[in-house]
Amino acid sequence: MTQAERPLSPHLQVYRWQLTSVLSILHRATGAALSLGTILLVCWLVAAAEGPEAYAGMQGFLRSWLGLLLLFGWSVALFYHLCNGIRHLWWDTGRGLELKSVYAGGWAVLAATAVLTIIAWLLGLSGWGY
Amino acid sequence: MADQRLRAPMRSPLGRAIGLGSAKEGVEHWWALRVTSIALVPLVLWFVMAVIGLTGADHATVVDWLSGPLPAVLLLLLLIAAFYHSALGLQVVIEDYIDNEAARLGLIIAMRLAHILLAALGIFAVLRIAIGP
Repeated sequence: MTQAERPLSPHLQVYRWQLTSVLSILHRATGAALSLGTILLVCWLVAAAEGPEAYAGMQGFLRSWLGLLLLFGWSVALFYHLCNGIRHLWWDTGRGLELKSVYAGGWAVLAATAVLTIIAWLLGLSGWGY
Repeated sequence: MADQRLRAPMRSPLGRAIGLGSAKEGVEHWWALRVTSIALVPLVLWFVMAVIGLTGADHATVVDWLSGPLPAVLLLLLLIAAFYHSALGLQVVIEDYIDNEAARLGLIIAMRLAHILLAALGIFAVLRIAIGP
């Protein structure tokens, strides 16, 4: 049984970019980013447990341009991974796997991500809380 | 693998196949990833709304919020589900891209330990606030 002569699949870069593959890659990328983002969540919780000074320091960082940028990326990744994750769960039931549904679902996920991100930041920045 | 087969002509086809196939753990991993993702849908939506509500809140308000039984328990469940889901997902990514077996195993172990450390820190923080000093 020789393995050397078998045809290999071509390298990734010869394929044309398309919605399906881009969203699939994004699901992995946002998942990995969210794994890193848990560090921020744990820092926030530890600061809250430490006391008022530590919490004020954490809040000061989150309100800096770097903190806001991290929070914005965090929220986009979260909403995308959430919406596309639901799309994956739907696929797991064996439904929606026709090419047309896959594309429709893909655009719906992108739209839902944008809408959820905008709503969350409008509510957060408008001082809906305190 | 081919050389091994040539050197062991007395082994039965079954003997050669045993141990080479599935470790019979993949299904459980697949299921756990799905179950944690289902649990995370409502937990994440709840958490996002709670955090938006806490925007700009001072320390006392956050502690007061986290002292309630429901927020504390939901946050604990979120931490457990999220870190479990994260560890399962990252393991698949590592297994897909790291070809070298030693590097792959080492990275998975390091990733898992980091997850346990972060989860423990988060859970301890929540309990400290919820139960009080």
